[in-house]
Amino acid sequence: MTSDNTGNNRNKNKNTTTKWFSNVTLIRESQIMKIHYITAVGALFVVAIHIMMRLIMPFNMSLEFENVILNYKNVFYALLLESILILIAIHGFNGLRVILLEIRQTQIWERGVNILVIVAMIGIIAYGTRTIIIANGFSLG
Amino acid sequence: MNIFKKDKRKEIKNETPLERSNTSTSGQSLVKLRVFRINAVQNPNDVPHFDEFQVPVKRWTTVLDALLDAKSYQDSSIGIRYSCRMASCGSCGMKINGIPRLACYTKISDLDTNTITCEPLPNFPYIRDLVTDFSQFFDHHRSVMPFVKNKKADIPNVNELTEYEQTPQDLDKFLQFSYCIKCGLCYSACPTVATDLKFPGPQALSQAYRYLADSRDSDKSKRLKVIDTSHGIWRCHFAGSCSHVCPKGVDPALGIQLLRSHLLGLSNSEKKLAKLHDRSTNSYREGEGE
Repeated sequence: MTSDNTGNNRNKNKNTTTKWFSNVTLIRESQIMKIHYITAVGALFVVAIHIMMRLIMPFNMSLEFENVILNYKNVFYALLLESILILIAIHGFNGLRVILLEIRQTQIWERGVNILVIVAMIGIIAYGTRTIIIANGFSLG
Repeated sequence: MNIFKKDKRKEIKNETPLERSNTSTSGQSLVKLRVFRINAVQNPNDVPHFDEFQVPVKRWTTVLDALLDAKSYQDSSIGIRYSCRMASCGSCGMKINGIPRLACYTKISDLDTNTITCEPLPNFPYIRDLVTDFSQFFDHHRSVMPFVKNKKADIPNVNELTEYEQTPQDLDKFLQFSYCIKCGLCYSACPTVATDLKFPGPQALSQAYRYLADSRDSDKSKRLKVIDTSHGIWRCHFAGSCSHVCPKGVDPALGIQLLRSHLLGLSNSEKKLAKLHDRSTNSYREGEGE
């Protein structure tokens, strides 16, 4: 009887924790993983196009300064580079988050990792977008 | 015949361990049994070590038989948990020669070695010697609500109760997962459990699938909520070691993948996978028959 009561209490505590946690969580893990898989497939596709574009001329020529700038000046190619940046940043930083979550299991660590990863991801995307915009010829002041 | 056996036992009992280690009677060979020793409950500072025993074995001797022999005639303080001796209760799980196995289901002759090393199951806290604490394991098991929950079942009038009809196809979806004996071997072999204590483990996840796939169950969303967390089902690395060590032929890794497909909204894939699994089992059986 005593053990049953203890078991029930344990379950009650667990349910309360789960409820509280589900209220706090903004997005379910399955949704995050859906985004993770979609970005992986998307990144594979756009990176394949990017590599193929490197092969339409001799590889060393394609990396010359003028050619690189010309690529940025083409709006469609700039959009392709932007999509590579976004897809890989989301996929990569979520992968890093998954690895870091396994190291420790405390609430503080989990929140810290989530915030750090989101901030780093936004930072990288913003910095990369800035580079693309500047190389495209627009002035940011 | 029985009298002869009894006499033989008496002879062995009267010998000292040293005398016994040199004995090799006809039909009986000796193996070295290395048993992990620790008393973590009584003495938290106890240093783990291995004790060695020479044990007589026959072709059909299991590791559990050998351990019980050592416990009966050489050192009664060896801590082992066991019950049914027929791979039904799942009590005697331990790491035997580096692999999590059931001691009652592992024949020494199958191990092809004269040295048998018995250690407690990894990923479980020690209690004493080969006995480990399953509290966390059962907590995870409980958390996935391992029971059929159906709102329609709450019928106050007993006369109105009818049985739930279930087709053989519906049963096939989860049948293999219901063979789980909760021995904890899959949990101990899981590399994710080794690093993430909040991860439910292959046993709990495959049981979540077992009840989710059950056509009688109507509380799928609650169960999915429990496993769809940051330390839930998505942390499985798909190493497959859980399926490799299962003594009952359950494939927890398959259960986890089917559960994932449910969460991704690809629930039709479970039928395809079940068919593939069924086909591979049939072709294996046909191959065996030839």
